[in-house]
Amino acid sequence: MLNSGIDVLFQGINLQRLLLGLWVTARIALISIILSFFFGILFGVLRTTGPKAVKVVLRLYLELFRIIPILVWLFVFYFVLPADFEINLSAEVVSILVFSLWGAAEMSDIVRGAVISLPVHQAESGKALGLSVWQLYRHVLIPQAMKRTLPPAINLATRLIKTTALLVMIGVIEVIKVGQQIIEQSSTEYPTAAFWVYAFIFVLYFIICYPLSAVSRRLERKWAA
Amino acid sequence: MVAYIIILTRLLVLIEREGDCLALDWTYIIKYLPQYEEALLLTLKLGVLGILLAAAVGLICAVIQYFHIRVLKQLVQAYIEIARNTPLLIQLFFLFYGLPKIGITLEAETAAIAGLGFLGGSYMAEAFRAGFEAVPTTQIEAGKSIGLSQLQLTRFVIFPQALSLSVPALGANCIFLLKETSLFSGIAILELMNTTRDLIGMYYKTNESLILLVAGYLIILLPLSLILTWLERRLRRAQFGN
Repeated sequence: MLNSGIDVLFQGINLQRLLLGLWVTARIALISIILSFFFGILFGVLRTTGPKAVKVVLRLYLELFRIIPILVWLFVFYFVLPADFEINLSAEVVSILVFSLWGAAEMSDIVRGAVISLPVHQAESGKALGLSVWQLYRHVLIPQAMKRTLPPAINLATRLIKTTALLVMIGVIEVIKVGQQIIEQSSTEYPTAAFWVYAFIFVLYFIICYPLSAVSRRLERKWAA
Repeated sequence: MVAYIIILTRLLVLIEREGDCLALDWTYIIKYLPQYEEALLLTLKLGVLGILLAAAVGLICAVIQYFHIRVLKQLVQAYIEIARNTPLLIQLFFLFYGLPKIGITLEAETAAIAGLGFLGGSYMAEAFRAGFEAVPTTQIEAGKSIGLSQLQLTRFVIFPQALSLSVPALGANCIFLLKETSLFSGIAILELMNTTRDLIGMYYKTNESLILLVAGYLIILLPLSLILTWLERRLRRAQFGN
């Protein structure tokens, strides 16, 4: 029975459906990663150079997103936006919104950490040369901070990708949901379908995330010196 | 961006007719508070058990890696990579819905604890390993030169230092794992998240339910996070010998 169960993956267009579901997952992850890197760098720089009030607000925003589970945030946005603000966004847009907000918060902390870890004399010599704040960041601080930002940023990307598994809980038709549909359809024909479909999705996530974390680790080791 | 602007304008409208929309139904909150209390306790119970399991798994893995125990080391490495690079929700689904199909049936709560232990074990292992590696070699060499056996060296020199060095990372993992308990709602456990989902589905009291949910997590996580910040500062001070 065990040997025949795996056939459920190749039955009809099941494999195609699963991969299409994976594409939905990947699309949401990709858009969120791009948005969170963009806003994260912006917020991170603001947290090192902006006015005090901005710093406090951004810190508060970071802590809020850190301390409350992402699933809770997804629910809050998913239920509160339509109920209280009469904004009806699709589950997909809500998830991109929440992931980007969370990713930007985490990214801002990575960027801030990288910038303040640079030796003070770098910023000071830049200022002594008469560079404007923009020039200072553009030519001195950001290029140096990049090396300390990239490995944790890639890690953050893998975390975002892993977190996309939560999308099924707010009803996005992504890879897990498709998997559940396949399990339900073929439960009489293949009693072991649940085992194989979940194992397959498990492997899919691993195939996507493992190379990313391996690259991140290699860069970290390479640039550690 | 457009969404932000819309939200902002809505918020202004909302403030204008305040009390109309944001007014909370307090009788509802009071009525369902005990249910949330129960859910909170269940979340805590599963979280703590999962974290204990994770810490045990992590410590064993870290010791295997630190002492380069053959074969087992490779196995541990593979386990860590698998656990860290897959989402907990899939791990839970696999444990709870997948395994029964090949004859291993777990109860929901057992699956939850096992899943948290499986995921957390890999994070804990990394935290412990970093602690072990941070013990200065001078300490180990000094221990050897005064004639300590390997067991004594481990027991009296390496362990105490490694464990205190890994405390901040362990604490961060505890917070991370407690947050991950929200995924237990996926395998039909009535913890905070699932309770909220049920109640919203039944009564449409969205705001009240969500406020209770967020409050529930804050009650668990905020004190822990504050204690952790304090502990970290203490340990850092201890390190410099002040």
